[in-house]
Amino acid sequence: MTGDLIFILLALLTLVPAVWVVMSRNLVHAGFGLLFTLFGAAGLYAYMGADFIAVAQLMVYIGGVLVLVLFTVMMTHVPRSHGNHGYDRYVPASVFALLTFGVLYKTITSVNWSASTSPAEPTIARIGAQIMTDFIFPFEYVSLVLLAAMIGAALLTREERPAGPANAAKDTEVAP
Amino acid sequence: MDILTALLQGLPGFGGMSDQGLFITGAAVMATLMFTVMALCAIVFTWMERKVAGFIQSRYGPMRTGRWHGWAQAVADMLKILGKEDIIPAEADKGLFVFAPLVVLLGSLLAWVAVPWAPGFVAADLDLGLFFIFAASSMVVIGILMAGWASNNKWALYGAARGAAQMVSYEIPLALATIPVIMHVGSLNTQDIVIAQQGGIWHWFILRDPFLFVAFWMYFIASIAETNRGPFDMPETESELVAGYHTEYTGMRFAFFFLAEYANLFLVSLIAVFVFLGGWWSPIPGLDFAPALTFVIKGILMVFLNMWVRWTLPRVRVDQLMYLCWKVMIPVTLLCIVGSGILMITSGAVG
Repeated sequence: MTGDLIFILLALLTLVPAVWVVMSRNLVHAGFGLLFTLFGAAGLYAYMGADFIAVAQLMVYIGGVLVLVLFTVMMTHVPRSHGNHGYDRYVPASVFALLTFGVLYKTITSVNWSASTSPAEPTIARIGAQIMTDFIFPFEYVSLVLLAAMIGAALLTREERPAGPANAAKDTEVAP
Repeated sequence: MDILTALLQGLPGFGGMSDQGLFITGAAVMATLMFTVMALCAIVFTWMERKVAGFIQSRYGPMRTGRWHGWAQAVADMLKILGKEDIIPAEADKGLFVFAPLVVLLGSLLAWVAVPWAPGFVAADLDLGLFFIFAASSMVVIGILMAGWASNNKWALYGAARGAAQMVSYEIPLALATIPVIMHVGSLNTQDIVIAQQGGIWHWFILRDPFLFVAFWMYFIASIAETNRGPFDMPETESELVAGYHTEYTGMRFAFFFLAEYANLFLVSLIAVFVFLGGWWSPIPGLDFAPALTFVIKGILMVFLNMWVRWTLPRVRVDQLMYLCWKVMIPVTLLCIVGSGILMITSGAVG
């Protein structure tokens, strides 16, 4: 019974802010609402005994993705929408939402969710071993993607600097 | 937690409780205990900081309140701050403004549960202990951004943006510097990390191999930046930004930020102690009669080292801060991981 209570509280912590994120007119509020949704999701993972995913959720989504989202929203000035509810977007949005829900529903019902009776065991050692053996190629592949993204970001933000002796000569001219 | 539930079961009125009820009561007691420790360390460390600053600058610091060296100054300050008027700026985003201090406090409080105080005494004996601590403290960044945004003040927003950028960057060398230790221990559990350092000062990880020694100092530098303290106090540079992200806060809400700041300071110091400096083990083997006390004393010494650095070195510039993190500390910590790994293989510690 108390276990159910914990689950209900965690589910509420996930769902109520999620509704707020969708309904809020203020984009920054929506971003901060995500904090609670992601935290609640991490709590649900922990409740199901997936400790590594729960902590990774905190680290990656709250510590990384959410900070990025908030920075983007704050740095790009978005005027608050007044009155314009964007009805023209309702139809494609609802079609897309229904399709996503359908796919999720089909997946959830097709999996055999037999609850394991054994107590939750630590997962980190097995995850580590798997990454270093069976999943070594996907693991390295993902790091390659990250490296490409990093090089791209560095290239985009690099300031244009005329190279070669012309620049050096100019520096010496300035000196008295 | 197990010790606590056993204790609770012995008390009258708790005997008939279900396991889940005991668990929840135990968790509530633990949370209260942690919060008390946090509040206590904020009070002790404000006094200590002012005395250390005074000593370094050849003056006395607080001397009046209380009889001996102004010991009651921090208590008086706390009482004063509780009695102050709670002001919310008219143009502030009220909901976020009220909530931000709580998020900051939650982030630092959450990380405390995995600190190993003594053998078997840890609020939550997590297998992912160290990873959990770093993950939980990343919530503080969101709280700081929330405070800066909600204040609707450009100085506060600047401070918040700087704080977030700095904390997100320095989280990387902070976590990377602990990886050589995790490789040696083979576990993320905070209790296991301390147990692996048994047997005197030469078994502490800081002195195990040269790469770990370097990793410790990398951790120390990153931890100063992570707690937003001098010489890396860019989010609060009082000459440029008034007080950074908590410019608009008063009274109790300001106290929450203050509390979280000192709690974080003690937390990073305790992490340094249990990861690199032997945790609860005393330097001389066989003198381990008060493990928790040894642990706390080492933590306070690390806090002293932090204060020493803060009041001695001038503040760095923002670009120097980022240069140090991305171009110096991250490569050096990566080198430490590789070097420590090579030493482990050549010495035959791993197969």
